[in-house]
Amino acid sequence: MSTMTINLKVWRQKNQNAQGSFQDYTLSDVSEHMSFLEMLDVLNEQLIKEDKDPVEFDYDCREGICGSCNMVINGRAHGPKRLTAACQLHMRNYSDGDTIVIEPPRAAAFPVIKDLVVDRSAFDRIIEAGGYVSVKTGAAPEANLIPVEQHTSNVAFDYATCIGCGACVAACPNSSASLFTGAKLAHLNSLPQGQPERKLRTLAMVEQMEKEGFGDCSNYAECEAVCPVGISIAAIAEMRKDYVKASFS
Amino acid sequence: MKLDPKTPSGPLEEKWNRHLKDIKLVSPNNKRKHKVIVVGTGLAGASAAASLAELGYNVQTFCIQDSARRAHSIAAQGGINAAKNYQNDGDSVWRLFYDTIKGGDYRSRESNVYRLAENSNHIIDQAVAQGVPFGREYGGLLDNRSFGGAQVSRTFYSRGQTGQQLLLGAYQAMMKMVHAGKIESFTRHEMLDLVVVNGKARGIITRDLVSGTINKYEADAVVLCTGGYGNVFYLSTNAKNSNVTAAWRCHKRGAAFANPCYVQIHPTCIPVSGDYQSKLTLMSESLRNDGRVWVPRDKDDKRHPNEIPEEERYYYLEERYPSFGNLVPRDVASRNAKMVTDEGLGVGETGLAVYLDFRDAINRDGEDTIRARYGNLFDMYTNITDENPYKQPMRIFPAVHYTMGGLWVDYNLMSNIPGLFVAGEANFSDHGANRLGASALMQGLSDGYFIIPYTVGNYIAEEELPKVSVDDEAFAAAAKDSQDQLDRLLSVKGNKTVIEFHRELGKIMWDKVGISRSKEGLESAIEEIRALREDFWQNVRVPGEASYYNKYLEFAARVADFFELAELMAIDALDRDESCGCHLRDEYQTEEGEALRNDEEYSYVSAWEFLGVNGKLETKLHKEDLNFEFVELKQRSYK
Repeated sequence: MSTMTINLKVWRQKNQNAQGSFQDYTLSDVSEHMSFLEMLDVLNEQLIKEDKDPVEFDYDCREGICGSCNMVINGRAHGPKRLTAACQLHMRNYSDGDTIVIEPPRAAAFPVIKDLVVDRSAFDRIIEAGGYVSVKTGAAPEANLIPVEQHTSNVAFDYATCIGCGACVAACPNSSASLFTGAKLAHLNSLPQGQPERKLRTLAMVEQMEKEGFGDCSNYAECEAVCPVGISIAAIAEMRKDYVKASFS
Repeated sequence: MKLDPKTPSGPLEEKWNRHLKDIKLVSPNNKRKHKVIVVGTGLAGASAAASLAELGYNVQTFCIQDSARRAHSIAAQGGINAAKNYQNDGDSVWRLFYDTIKGGDYRSRESNVYRLAENSNHIIDQAVAQGVPFGREYGGLLDNRSFGGAQVSRTFYSRGQTGQQLLLGAYQAMMKMVHAGKIESFTRHEMLDLVVVNGKARGIITRDLVSGTINKYEADAVVLCTGGYGNVFYLSTNAKNSNVTAAWRCHKRGAAFANPCYVQIHPTCIPVSGDYQSKLTLMSESLRNDGRVWVPRDKDDKRHPNEIPEEERYYYLEERYPSFGNLVPRDVASRNAKMVTDEGLGVGETGLAVYLDFRDAINRDGEDTIRARYGNLFDMYTNITDENPYKQPMRIFPAVHYTMGGLWVDYNLMSNIPGLFVAGEANFSDHGANRLGASALMQGLSDGYFIIPYTVGNYIAEEELPKVSVDDEAFAAAAKDSQDQLDRLLSVKGNKTVIEFHRELGKIMWDKVGISRSKEGLESAIEEIRALREDFWQNVRVPGEASYYNKYLEFAARVADFFELAELMAIDALDRDESCGCHLRDEYQTEEGEALRNDEEYSYVSAWEFLGVNGKLETKLHKEDLNFEFVELKQRSYK
């Protein structure tokens, strides 16, 4: 098994109001089979033994589905591999002696909590504003009474697969949440179940997105490039169309 | 301790409906005067919170993640069962009930399992109405796939992300009620204790994980939906932050813990690659439809797998189980993988893996066909291992996946502490000694959408619930206990990290309380766990302070609880002098090496009462007898 020495520049910030800075660390004996987050675990074990504060970063499932991890690696959200969340990235993508810069996603709407951990509750508030179909428990009709064309269902799924990690915001020069918001709108607005609330939902979610301090979209498409689950930027076009329609009716 | 399952009388098919008729209601005016706390926001928690809030109760939800949407239910891949019989293949509520009770090796309650099967159809209706994009046929109607342990096609799915889509549906329903002002959602909050006043659950103590403050919340009822405890093994397919703390702290306040030794181990996971390994990744067991499992016959054979000729390969499942071959159930496949690696026949750098070979399937059906069936799984495997399964066999090994045991609950999903309800994987309720595939999502949502909202209401209507205040003594005392424990962990300042301790604990559990257990092994595990626990409290090193975001402090408190639970699991496994479902005792096997149940003596639920920890865990066994009125108990055979 081959091992490498890796140099790290990691953003350290005590809390939201503290001034942050990059700190340098060197790790020897990094195995190519380690995941990127396991490499950071090893760094933290080393720091704890040296009586230093470990680096805080968000993670949970480590399978690329929960959307907790969202660090920016060498300037790119989730690192160099396309369609891959940071937790699914492996050290074999790096070489002996490499320097890796790790920082939190930077956006006014995502304040830093500590080090690489940010507050993404703005996303919850966008969903809260209208990202649902209003159906009370027990009020649902028999499932097969709502046929959905297979293609439509597949398209809805492609948008619904968003993991809410916020990489799209981190990558956008405007810190826009348009891909996130557009994906949820496109999921629900494309299905028959989502039609009755379509206009209200679109207006409410778009307005909440603006209120949270996210910027507008100017079609850089950086979001699509970093999205770990491949959400298409077409979601934003759908959102704009629906927003215009809803605004004039 | 009194354990009354409160099973309604009457025919199986009528129990739940009769119970619903008898349940007391709370009027709309009064509902808004009551508050319910829901801890955990996975399928069970999010669906319970949304449904209770829709009814008019004031709900507070708590989760450790930064958003309710990230609970570990999100990672479930395969699907969710329901007895819709859309395939016209003879499915029915009865058949789903029967498969589930048989799959659980006759160690669950008939009444609960039947209700689960009844609710299954409502879940699909609810999810579709919410806009969950299930797989569909060309005609636009819902599609189904087959899953292990059943002879009908009853599994609904959203590609390989069914858990994600169902959870987002429940999360969105919950966020709608946040918007309506009926749910107050607390994220990055961890429950550290249950507050019991006059014998009833009346609130919880939490730690705000961002600010580090200890907070007190009062309520009329507490619904615990905090998932399973598979991470006691350190390595599992569970999310890294999944833990037993909330459930264990309730246990320490008097809630019985049932069947802790029932742990499901999934046979097809990507093996461990080194000491730094932090978790294990599951791959769908559908791979065994086309892959052949083997190891070299000679343990010194270190050749590349492709160079090992056919006659020197040991296709052990095919040889030992000629009729089911590679498609034996999960527990049998896992056990045999351990047996061959214990014999030294394991492959890969660690020797803890077996081959899953697609060579013959590719030769038979062509690479394109195999790619169409398993392409995404092969890609995932390649991403993690850097090996190409189209060109050489995969390496797989079993991993801890799900825990059937949990807090004891009655038919109303209430623990033996009045006012403490437990739903989803956190309770012991429906899966007996083994859970069938695609049943976890079903149970979480059945509990949350269709049971808890009624039974919590019944409790509130029936009970005297005098006002309590967070300024009461019981709250202050519990808050102080929580703070003291954190301070104690920080004060040790030893020389071993929490992760090092957890990894060692996991190894004991995997070796001796894992796939197969023996009297001798369990007795030595208990000694080892006790010794390591002592060492933990003498030598653990927890960095930083309690007054800010400190993930390693969170881990330390959770591992402290895992250390106590671990001993209880070993005690329970030792007490159960039989094999059943996932619990295999080496001493109790048929001549063919199958699990040998002892229905005469062990047809009961083991419910343990916590008495204290003083060097060793003091615990007392209570038994709830399982009476089978409607099904006949049979020995499983897959030969």
